[in-house]
Amino acid sequence: MIRNSASEMASKLASGEVTSVALTQAHLDQISAVDKDVHAFLHVDTEGALSQAAAVDAKRKSGEKLSRLAGVPLALKDVMTQKGIPTTCGSKILEGWRPPYDSTVVTNLKKNGIVILGKTNMDEFAMGSSTENSAYGPTHNPWDLTRIPGGSGGGSAAALAAFEAPLAIGTDTGGSIRQPAAVTGTVGVKPTYGGVSRYGLVAFSSSLDQAGPCARTVLDAALLHEAIAGYDPKDSTSINAPVPAVVVAAKAGNVKGMKIGVVKELNGDGYQKGVRTRFEESLELLAAAGAEIVEVSAPNFEYALAAYYLIAPSECSSNLARFDAMRYGLRVGDNDGASAESVMNLTREVGFGREVKRRIILGTYALSSGYYDAYYGSAQKVRTLITQDFNKAFEKADVLVSPTCPTTAFKIGEKTNDPLAMYLNDIATIPVNMAGIGGMSLPSGVAGEDGLPVGFQIMSPVMKDDRMYSVGASLEAALLSKWGAPLLSTIPALAGSK
Amino acid sequence: MTSLSRDDVAKLAGLARIEMSDEELVSLSNEFTVILDAVARVQEVAGADVVATSHPLPLRNVFRPDVVIPSLSPAEALSGAPAQEEQRFRVPQILGEE
Repeated sequence: MIRNSASEMASKLASGEVTSVALTQAHLDQISAVDKDVHAFLHVDTEGALSQAAAVDAKRKSGEKLSRLAGVPLALKDVMTQKGIPTTCGSKILEGWRPPYDSTVVTNLKKNGIVILGKTNMDEFAMGSSTENSAYGPTHNPWDLTRIPGGSGGGSAAALAAFEAPLAIGTDTGGSIRQPAAVTGTVGVKPTYGGVSRYGLVAFSSSLDQAGPCARTVLDAALLHEAIAGYDPKDSTSINAPVPAVVVAAKAGNVKGMKIGVVKELNGDGYQKGVRTRFEESLELLAAAGAEIVEVSAPNFEYALAAYYLIAPSECSSNLARFDAMRYGLRVGDNDGASAESVMNLTREVGFGREVKRRIILGTYALSSGYYDAYYGSAQKVRTLITQDFNKAFEKADVLVSPTCPTTAFKIGEKTNDPLAMYLNDIATIPVNMAGIGGMSLPSGVAGEDGLPVGFQIMSPVMKDDRMYSVGASLEAALLSKWGAPLLSTIPALAGSK
Repeated sequence: MTSLSRDDVAKLAGLARIEMSDEELVSLSNEFTVILDAVARVQEVAGADVVATSHPLPLRNVFRPDVVIPSLSPAEALSGAPAQEEQRFRVPQILGEE
């Protein structure tokens, strides 16, 4: 039962074949069995999940009209506030904090009757590509426990691949939904910036952060997308427009006559052989399904990574100033006569991990007088150039595609001492955040040389998110008929797994 | 090639209100030499004719209607406070003794 898609689970719940309590309990059992090895969760809310499930079952029994995903369990990235439930963002500075309010995403999940199982592991404050920066220890990739599950949302992606949850919420600042999806053989979508409310999403880089759905199928991602998206007056950057018809697009999966642009600069040198092979194969399948494949060029994408590692640290150095040891979270060194400044300094020394400190310092430098124009100012100009590259490319193509990441999952510990090598993971995902457009990663198979999953990335223009679902669903169907079974059915069994 | 000395990093850490050990200052200063070289590439294409983009949406002064809406109770607002007194956040002293 736990290996079904969320959509299949929803149908079984609707027909009365299974109750939400039973379905939720089955996932809690799987978490008990495998999470000691995977470590996808930082907190499991057993009691809360079962009571949410029982409430949905009672409403269904009384004949109340329920939403499509009512009663289906979900794993929530620990960067989203949920009232009364520990929210750490993978950081010691928030250890034990229980937010007094729900994020809008959580409000929407609750409105839809989606059962929240618990909070998933992540790189501290979403800064990282491997979850190794979590203060609570790394998450392990269910395909190979010695490898990283991607990051920052590695916990959400690993929970899906280990059948601990059929749905999850992620957030994507430079690829934190899509890269974990790619390396775990799951689906992850970064909606258009402003498509899903950021209210209650603990801010890292406010002009780049975007919450979105994680799932095992394109249709499941679309159903969750519709459940969480929409205008929110509590977020001043929320887009006041109808949610793109992503479920309709995912159900139809039609690419006939669509122009698919291959971004020349996001392929080739530096991309693993098996990644390139799977990418070429996916292009052939899309062409066979009726799409026209064209090549586009985005010459400024090569500067995206450099610009990102100025913009994101700059915004984070400002956003993370709120962790000042005064109103919530950790406080260290509050002895008689200690000044507020020394308490702040000591708390932030102990509370923040290495990568967070590195980025705060880098951002402080990039924003400082005398260096502002050369660093932050120049990075903002690159952001303009990248957006212009996208605009030109979208004149020639309805969507753009590339491999999601240059490589498959690497070993835990392999890149922890080399920040630049770690940053390169996000080379193909970052441009999407810079321009605020939509991006999806879905599995395109495994690399021949290591048997690990490879992601296929689809990028769509602002508020045309439905297009990436059309292409994703079409490719998913073509791959399924080629393989005969979903990719995740071939994942090695975990000890104790059901 | 831009580099940041140990003392430069110490000054930045002070501005960012993060206490740092000497070992941490030295290793960060070494890392920044490499990182700054990599990020300085943005200057290659950031000509004077290119306008800056600070945000993906063309938004300006977003206001909400000036109406009272439910908010947190004092107890809820203080629920995560490291220390509290008389329904207020208790904080270390901000000004000197003088």
